This record gives sequence, structure tokens and C-alpha cells, in this order.
Amino acid sequence: MSEIQTGDYYTRHFSPGPSDDTLIINMGPQHPSTHGVLRIIVELDGEYILRCEPVLGYVHRMHEHMGETKSYTQYLPNMGRVDYLHALAWNWAWCGAVEKLAGIEVPERAQYIRVLTTELNRISSHLLWWGAYILDLGAFSPILYAFQDREIIMDLLQIPTGSRLTYCYFRFGGVSADLSDAFLAGLKDFVPYLRGRLPMYRDLVTDNVILRKRCEGIGHFSPELCRRYGATGPVARGSGIDYDVRRAEPYSIYDRFDWEVPVLEAGDAMSRYLIRLAEIEQSLKIIEQALATIPSGDFIAKGAPKPKWAPPRGETYFAVEGARGKIGVWLVSDGTKTPYRVKLRAPGYCNLSLFAEAAQGVLLADAVSILGSLDLVIPEIDR
Amino acid sequence: MTLFKEFQSALKGLWSLAVGLKVTGREFARPQLTVHYPRKVVDNIVTYRGHIELVGKPKEPAVPKCITCMMCATVCPSGCISIKKFPPPKVAPAAEGEEAKPKAKPVKTPKAFNLNYNTCSLCGLCVQNCPVDSLRFSTDVYLAGVSRADFEYDLMARLAAQAEAVAKAKAPAEATAGAKPGEGGE
Amino acid sequence: MLQTEIIVPAELVRLVLGIVALAAFVGANAIVLVWLERKVAGHIQRRPGPFEVGPYGLLQTAADAAKLIGKQLTMPAGADAFLFWLAPILAFLPVFVLFMPIPFGENLYSLDMDLGLVLILAYAGFGVLSLCLAGWSSHNKWGLLGAARAVSQSVAYEIPLLLAVLAIAFMTGSFNLQAITEGQGPWPWQWNVAVQPLAFFIYFACALAETNRAPFDLPEAESELTAGFHTEYSGMGFGLFFLAEYANMIVVSSVATVLFLGGWQGPVFSGWWWFLAKVYALILAMMWFRWTYPRVRFDQLLNLNWKWFIPLGLANLLVTVAVV
Repeated sequence: MSEIQTGDYYTRHFSPGPSDDTLIINMGPQHPSTHGVLRIIVELDGEYILRCEPVLGYVHRMHEHMGETKSYTQYLPNMGRVDYLHALAWNWAWCGAVEKLAGIEVPERAQYIRVLTTELNRISSHLLWWGAYILDLGAFSPILYAFQDREIIMDLLQIPTGSRLTYCYFRFGGVSADLSDAFLAGLKDFVPYLRGRLPMYRDLVTDNVILRKRCEGIGHFSPELCRRYGATGPVARGSGIDYDVRRAEPYSIYDRFDWEVPVLEAGDAMSRYLIRLAEIEQSLKIIEQALATIPSGDFIAKGAPKPKWAPPRGETYFAVEGARGKIGVWLVSDGTKTPYRVKLRAPGYCNLSLFAEAAQGVLLADAVSILGSLDLVIPEIDR
Repeated sequence: MTLFKEFQSALKGLWSLAVGLKVTGREFARPQLTVHYPRKVVDNIVTYRGHIELVGKPKEPAVPKCITCMMCATVCPSGCISIKKFPPPKVAPAAEGEEAKPKAKPVKTPKAFNLNYNTCSLCGLCVQNCPVDSLRFSTDVYLAGVSRADFEYDLMARLAAQAEAVAKAKAPAEATAGAKPGEGGE
Repeated sequence: MLQTEIIVPAELVRLVLGIVALAAFVGANAIVLVWLERKVAGHIQRRPGPFEVGPYGLLQTAADAAKLIGKQLTMPAGADAFLFWLAPILAFLPVFVLFMPIPFGENLYSLDMDLGLVLILAYAGFGVLSLCLAGWSSHNKWGLLGAARAVSQSVAYEIPLLLAVLAIAFMTGSFNLQAITEGQGPWPWQWNVAVQPLAFFIYFACALAETNRAPFDLPEAESELTAGFHTEYSGMGFGLFFLAEYANMIVVSSVATVLFLGGWQGPVFSGWWWFLAKVYALILAMMWFRWTYPRVRFDQLLNLNWKWFIPLGLANLLVTVAVV
């Protein structure tokens, strides 16, 4: 233990401190592979990680407390900022919770619109993850190919939502704008287009021997470990846990579509990688079916709440499946215009908790690979 | 035999590397996708919803439809809209030439309608909740400024400028501007 | 490259002129290569690459170099000042020595020596010394990790590199690069690569590793070590490392051209232009690799070396010796 007290609170309490044989090093908060301001204190022996500890809170923005100070409607734009990559799932979680609490019916067409846009958003989130993960592993070009496709998605989603990233599109009882014909036509073209691109992804990256060597057998999470930390989403499904909120606790109209929950048993980074790529295909499948059957009608319920509306007293929990896992909103209403308590369950938080245990004894380069395979969005973790 | 298998997998790995090269090589030969910004602009700005702007009355494009119900200012999560009402006795502002006929009723049109775009999060709740459709989204994308004051917009002045631009464009015809004043008049 | 017609008895004149010409050659080419790399990367990713400064963005690198020169040189507290600044200079200096024995054309060389190849191999080791010093002296843990990687990688990969080169030396029976060039014919099937494809493959892979190019760019692995050994360098300190990387690329490609691709000889109009064309083709391939592949992991890199390249190189050498 060094006599000189250096570093901040977390460094000092990462005990026991540095010894002669090991090196304590901060990965982040400005490290290129932590995708934001995640900081991980790592004790290294050579290039092997002995222990590590994530330090969170660099982008804590008090989203939960903001929920208690704003009205139900005013909290809507916050949702797009919690997880900016899958903003619509968070939109849905909040709107769904309020609708569940107040018993608001969502029109049929609005349900379809929600499914279409959320799945599209999920694809864009996975595409970005794909590119960023490969970037972590040292290949520069795939992220730009992913961005080519993501650009089309953003152009499409810009038509109904008006924004490109931090969507604030869903409203209680529906969505804020109807889907235009241009959007529907564009989406119809997009589905085969992206299907045609996927083989290129496979050739360039998935089959690449270097990538396989970097992912296969790396960062093995047992199902037990996933359960213990409450991991959800592709991380849990990559470890053989067949859990998808869309299937396990069906909400909206997901039970009407024919799609599969991809599950792989291996539990390594490669299986998480493959799960996400498979989910892109499944999302395309859902979109295709929803496009074929989308009914006409209202895009927002007739009796949708007005801004100064207050729900009845009570509490509720509503969960949706985000690109990173189970997004939950626990909401307590005391009958006033502002919620009494809002709790946001961010999937990335639980998924990251795994890391400290899973990264013990791996190489630094593998830690980067594991961290990338968790698909972390730091603002979502810190909230 | 294991040695043979090792060689086989090594060759397979090498082949996968060659396939990767083929992909990037093909992409190399394909045309670029970049839109060179200052010379070209993207073509989907019409669907973008930028900061809000006022909508004029069909007959008087320089006067907003707004009835100063304060709904937008109330619903705004960031409080970036500030509206000033006219005091109950009627005052004719200099900027508006064609004022409504003097009546005893209080003036409903706002005296000032300011937007602090610095704090706006583009949620669109104000537009959605306006009872008289007096707000809409502009398509201003290319915004840049050197101070925060550059993003504090006087929407009344903006509307007047837009109405003037439309009137100028339609100068030979009647000076009425229809339901939709022209886009993007700065 | 201009002085070659003067065949003065004093070798010294040739040497000095050669070094001056080489300095200009290396500097100019490194700058062109940085531009080329960015263009290649851009086009692979369907971007234009640099295009604003100068025609086709050609002056972009010059602008960047000017910017780097103008930047303040900072040094972290606790760093060893002497070693810290020695490292980037050391990274760049041996490059000139490396070029001296390389024959660019029939009479276009600055130092005709029988042990040219040995000279190159000896001085190539300097590069790793500079990386080691840079990472070690910068008082930065990431730098230290980068340096450790650089040393073990370079040391390991020098062995198969040597084995590959030795195979050629055995075939030709000479270490003289001019002799090796002339031992090959002008046509592709007369080049050593046709006889020694395995040696060429090993040489090229090791060259990638020696120059720290992707997929073997571990010492500076950006996503793992922030910037590895040059994390703490600013301004021209970084610039020199950067230029040295490209200069080293030219060196290894030149040596590969001489050893395997027939040097300055070509089917028609043999001359230095053939040499340059071959060098640039190899460099383009290196760039192509960089923008295609992920990075290998450190232990995989070493495993690849000890389990594949060295046994293969030894086998290749044995067969060569047996045949010769």
C-alpha cells in the first residue's frame, strides 16, 4: 500500500492499493473504448486484469428526480435522453406505464405505429452497437458501413418524429403524428435493402477469423451469473436465458406477429454478437408483418390526456424490451399532476454490474471486447 | 491429424481474411455517399422539426393566430417560451400596420412571443397542445451562433419578416399570403 | 536520386548526396503516404477523405504538419526529459540508414555494400528501441503497457522476418541487395516471390507487425491503450512517430520489393519507376489491410508468431537450403 494518498475517493478505496507487482490503472472516464464517461478502475498484473470496479455517475442527470418535479406530459422529452440509442423504447416504457396506471386505451393504428418505429429504432441501435463494437476491436471501416444503413433509418424516423436521435414521439394514448405514406413506402424498401446488406456484414466481420478469435470463448457469462445480476436483453439471451419482455410479458401487439427470440447457449461475446445480429433480422420480420397489416384509424386516442391532466392514485410497473434489455418504469401517483415517484430500470446498469466479476483474470484486450459486447450506453446507466 | 486440422482451419481463416478484403475492395470502388455540406445540403430537411415559429392568420400573415392562452408556455418542460399579453386597453403597436378594427374587447394577439431555443428539447408538446394551431416547427437546421443571445428568438418579428418576404415574392399578385406563409424566411 | 550519373571515385560524395536525397525522398513520401492513407480510408468507407486543402486535399498533410510543428511540446511531470525527447528522434533517424543500401535503380543507390541486407536488419531493431524509450520515459501507465507490447512484438517478429530473408539470401548467395535484385529477372515469374511465396507471405506479415500496422498495431491499440507508447506526446513529438511509421512502411516495402519482387526491374523500361510502383503497391495493400481487419489480441499475435511463422519459416529455410 502506497503511503502517498493520491487519486480521488474511488481510487483510494479500491483497496488493497497498488502493490509492487501490480498496476492500478483508470480505464476511463475518457478512455476510447468506454463509449462515454464510464470509468473502470483496473488492477493489472501485466496485461491480465486481477480486479476491476466500474465507477458510475459521470453523467448522472437526475432523471428520476426530474420525474417527480415535472408533470406527466412534461417528463416525455426526458425519455429520449435516458438512452439516446433506443429512445423510442423508453418513450414507450413511460407512456405505457402512465397508460397502465390511468387505464388509457391505445388505438389499434397507434399500436402498430409504435411497433414499427420502435423496432426500426432497435435496428438502428444494434447497427450502431455493431459498428462501435468492431471499432473497439480495432477495425475502422464497419462502423461507417453501419452508419450508411443507420442513416436511412434516421431519415425514415425523422419523417414521423421530426428528430434524428432523441425522439419524443409517443404520447399517452398514442403517438404525436401519423405515419406518412412516404415513411411507409420508405420502410417497405428498407426491409429488403437491409436484408441484402447483412451478408456483407457477415463476410466482412462475422466470418473474419480475427474477429472470431477475439469473441469466441471470451467473457463467458453463465446463466447463473446473469440471473444473479439481473442481466437482461441480448446479454442474458446470449447466455441461454430465454427471456424477452416482448415474449415473456407480452405488451401491445407483439403476440400477433410471428417472430423468434434468438437464444444462444455459449454465453461468450460471440454469442451476444450473433444474438444482436439475429435480432436485427427478427425486427425486420416484425416490421414486415406490421407493415402488411397496419390498419387505418386514429394515431392517438380520442380521450388522450391533456397536459394538465392528473392520473388516479396508485402505482404501476411497466416494462418493455429495449435494445439493451428490460426497460422498466415504476410509477407512483398520488393523484396530483406530478408523479410521486418515478423509478427507471435501466438494463445497462445491471448488465454492467456483471462486468466486474466477469472480467477477473482476463486480458485487457478481452476486457475491451467484453465491455463492448455488453452494449453500454452510459447516460442510460447513470440516468 | 490434428496438425492437418490446424492447417485446414488456418487456411480457412486466411480465406475469411481474403473475403474481407474483397468486401472493402468492392466498397472502395463504389461511389461516395458523403454530402459535401457547404456545397450541397441533404434533401430531407423538410421533415425535420426544428424550433417553433408562429403561424399567421390566413388574411393577415403578419399577425399570429395565437390567442395567448399560455398553454404552450405552461406545458413546455423547459419553460423556454415566454409570452407577453397586451394590457386590457387597446394599444396599437408600430410594427403591425393592419390592426384589427378597434373594439372594446381585450386584444388576444400576443405583444411579444419569445423563444429561448437554448433550453428547448424539441419535444413538440407546445405545437401539439396549441388550441388554435398557431405554432409550427421551422426547418432551421443550420444554426450557429457565438452567444446564447443568438438563440433567443423573437417569434413575432420572425413572423413579420416571413410575411413580408412572402408579400414581396407575390408582389405583382395580391399581397395576401394564403394559409401558409413561406418557409425559411430569416 | 539526382546524383547518380556522377561516378566519382570518392564513395563519400555519393553517400552524403544519397543521405540528403533520401531525407528528401523519405520526407516527401511520408507526407504523400499520410495523405494516401486518408484517401484510401475515405474511399473504402465511401467518404471523400481530405479534399478541402489543395487539389484533392493534397496539401492537407502539409497543413497538418504545420499545425503539429506549431503546437506546444508538453511533457508529463515526472518523465525523463532526455529519453522522452530522444525517443521520437531515434524513431526517425535510423530510417535514413535503412535506405542507404537499397538500390532504387541500376545505379541509383547511395551505398553499395556486400552486407546491405545485414545493415538493414541490424538498424531495423532501432525502431523498437525508440518505442520502448517513448513508452517507458513518459511516466504513463498506458505508455508503459504500449512499450512492453512493442518490445515483445518486435523482438518476436524479427525472428521469422530473418528466416524469410535468409531463405532469399541462401538462394542468391549474397547479402548485397543489388546482387539480389539482379539475380531475379524482369518478368514476374522470375521474381523470388514465385519461387518463395511462403517466405514472401511470412516476410510481409512480419513487416506489418514490425511497423505496427493493423491488424498488428498493438503498441498503439487505440481502443485498448488510448494511444499506447505515444500517449503523452504532443506536437511534433507525435508527428515524428507518425512520420516514422510511414517511413518504416516505405523501408519494409522497399526491402520486400528488392528481395521478392525483382526490385527496379520490370518487363519493360526497367528503372526506378518500377521500383516505386512496386513499393507503392505493397503500401497500398498494407493500407487496405488496415481498413479491413480488426486488431488481433496480444497473446494471439505472439502465438501466431511462435506457432506458425517461426516453424513455417524454419521449414521454408530448410527446404531452401536442401534445394540449393
